[in-house]
Amino acid sequence: MGLLYGLIAVGLALIFGLMDVTNFAHGEFLMIAMYVSFFLFTFFAIDPLLSAPLVAAAMFVFGAVVYLLVVRFAMRAKANAGMVQIFTTFGLAILMRGLAQFFFTPDYRSIPQSWLGGKTISFAGIFLPEPQLIGALVSILAFAGLYFFIHRTDFGRALEATREDPGAVALVGIDKNRVFAFGWGLGAALVGLAGAIMAVFFYIYPDVGASFALIAYVTVALGGFGSVFGAFAGGIIVGLVEATTALVLPPSLKSVGIYAVYLLVVFIRPRGLFGSM
Amino acid sequence: MDKHFAARRRRDLVIAAVLAALAALAPLFIKDVYVQNILILTLMYAALSQSWNILSGYCGQISLGHALYFGIGAYTTELLFTKFGVLPWFGMLAGGVIAAVIAMGLGYPFFRLRGHYFVIATIVIAEIGLLLFQNWEWAGAAMGITIPVRGDSWLKFQFMRSKLPYFYFALVLCSVAWFVTWWLEDSKWGFWWRAVKDNPEAAESLGVVVFNSKMGAAAVSAFLVAIGGAFYAQFLAYIDPESVMGFQFSLLMALPAVLGGIGTLWGPVLGAAILIPMTELTRSYIGGSGRGVDLIVYGALIVAISLALPRGLVSLFSRSKAKGATR
Repeated sequence: MGLLYGLIAVGLALIFGLMDVTNFAHGEFLMIAMYVSFFLFTFFAIDPLLSAPLVAAAMFVFGAVVYLLVVRFAMRAKANAGMVQIFTTFGLAILMRGLAQFFFTPDYRSIPQSWLGGKTISFAGIFLPEPQLIGALVSILAFAGLYFFIHRTDFGRALEATREDPGAVALVGIDKNRVFAFGWGLGAALVGLAGAIMAVFFYIYPDVGASFALIAYVTVALGGFGSVFGAFAGGIIVGLVEATTALVLPPSLKSVGIYAVYLLVVFIRPRGLFGSM
Repeated sequence: MDKHFAARRRRDLVIAAVLAALAALAPLFIKDVYVQNILILTLMYAALSQSWNILSGYCGQISLGHALYFGIGAYTTELLFTKFGVLPWFGMLAGGVIAAVIAMGLGYPFFRLRGHYFVIATIVIAEIGLLLFQNWEWAGAAMGITIPVRGDSWLKFQFMRSKLPYFYFALVLCSVAWFVTWWLEDSKWGFWWRAVKDNPEAAESLGVVVFNSKMGAAAVSAFLVAIGGAFYAQFLAYIDPESVMGFQFSLLMALPAVLGGIGTLWGPVLGAAILIPMTELTRSYIGGSGRGVDLIVYGALIVAISLALPRGLVSLFSRSKAKGATR
C-alpha cells in the first residue's frame, strides 16, 4: 500500500514539489484516470493493466491542457500568488467533481473482472494480492524513471532551472510554458498510471480522489519538497505507518498515525526528510 | 500616521455602522424563512472569514485547519449543555477560550514551519481532530449530538418558532469580528502582523517579536471562530463531527476572504455577501438534479474570480487602490 501511495504522490511530487505549484486538484486527476480506465474496460474490454499506458497518455494531454488553459494564468498572478494557486486548483477540483457527477453519475462503479483482480500470489508462505504487487512494481519503475529524468536529462535540468529563475531561463531560450506544460503532463501521466492500477481494486466514484489527495500531500511534504527520492521514501513510510497504526488503533483511526508522523517529522526537520526547500 | 489613513478609518467605521443598521432592519421586510436562513449563513460566514483573515490575511499564516476551532466551539458548547446542563452562553465562552488555548499550544511547534509545510500541518491537525471526535464514544462519536429542545428562550439560546434571534446574534457576531479587525488594524499588533507577513526577518531585526505576534493572531482568530461554531451548533440543534469539523469548513472560512480580498478589512464581508447566497441558490435551484451542476457552476466561478481578481473583489473599488498606496 505504501508504494501505491508513493505512486499517487510521485506525480504530485513533480507538480507540487519540483515546480512549486500548489495543485489541490491532484485527487481529481486520479479520479479522472480511474474513470478513463473504467470506460476503456467497459466499452472496449481492454484490461486495466494493458490500458495503463493509454490512460497515462490521455492524462498527459489532460494535464498539459489544464496547465495551459488555467494554471498558467494562476502562476502569473501579481498578488497573493500562493492563495490564487490554492483556490484556482481547488475550484478546478470542484469543477471536475461536478463534471464527473454530471457525465458519469454519482454511482459507485468497479471493474468486475480483470486479469489481476482478486488474485493472489503466494510468496514464501505469504499471500500477496497481485494488483497491489503490480502497483508496487510500477511505482518503483515510475520513481526510478522520474529520478533519472530529472537528474540526467536536459529537460529535468530545464525544469529545475525554470523553477529557480524563470527570467534567466528565458534568456537562454527556454520557454517556461512549454517546460511547465510538459511537467504538468508528466505529473498527470504518472497519476494516470496510479489510477489505472487502482481502478482494479477500488470503487470508482466522483469523490474518490479526495480520500487519497490529503495522504498524497502529506507523503510529498513528509519526504520534502523538491526531492523525488523523498516522495518515494515518504510513500513507503506512510504505508508502513498506516499498517502499524492499524494494528494498535481501530481501523477508522489508521490515518491518525500518518498525520502524527508527518507532524513529528516536520517539527524536528521543518523541510521534510529530504527536502531542499 | 497620515491624515488619509485616519480619514479612511473614520469613513470605514461610519459605513460599517450604516450597513449594520440597515441589516438590523432587514427582517422587517424579509419574512421568507428561506431567505432569512441565507442571510444568517451569510453573516455567519462573514464573521468566520473575518476571524480567519486575522491570522491568515493580516499575519500571513495561511491556515486551512480552522474547522478544528469551529468544531471545538460547537462541541464544547453542546457537551457542556447536554452532559452538565451548562447554559450555551457559558459554553460558548468556554469553547472560545479552549480554542484560543489550543491555538497557542499548537502555535509553539507550528509557527516554526513555513509555506506548504505549515498549510499541510494545519490541514492535518484538523483532520486528526475530526477522526478523534468520530471515534470518541462519550461525545457521540460519528452519530453526533442532538440538542434537546427546551423551548424558546434567550437564556438557553434556543428558538424553534422564529429564526430572527439567530439572525440578530449572527449580525452582532459579524459586527464584533469586523470591529475587532478594524480596531486591530491600527493597533501595534496590526502593524506587527503586516510586518511579519511581508518580511519576517526584517520585522525581527526591527524588534518585532515575530513569534508572539503570530501567537496573538492565532488566539484571537481561534476564539472568534469557536464562538461561530457554538452559534452554528445552536442554530442547527444537531452536530456531528463531519458537519462541524470537516475540511470543507476550513475552505468555506477562507474562500470569502480570498474572493473578497485577503488581508483587507472589507474583503471577508464582501466575499461572503456574494459567495454564500450564490452557493445556497445554486444548491437549491440547480443542485436538485443530483447531477452536480451546482458544483460545476460553483467551481467555475471560483476559478474565474481567483484568476481575474487576484487581489479580490475589493480591488474593483477604485478607492481601495488609493488605500493600498497609503499603507
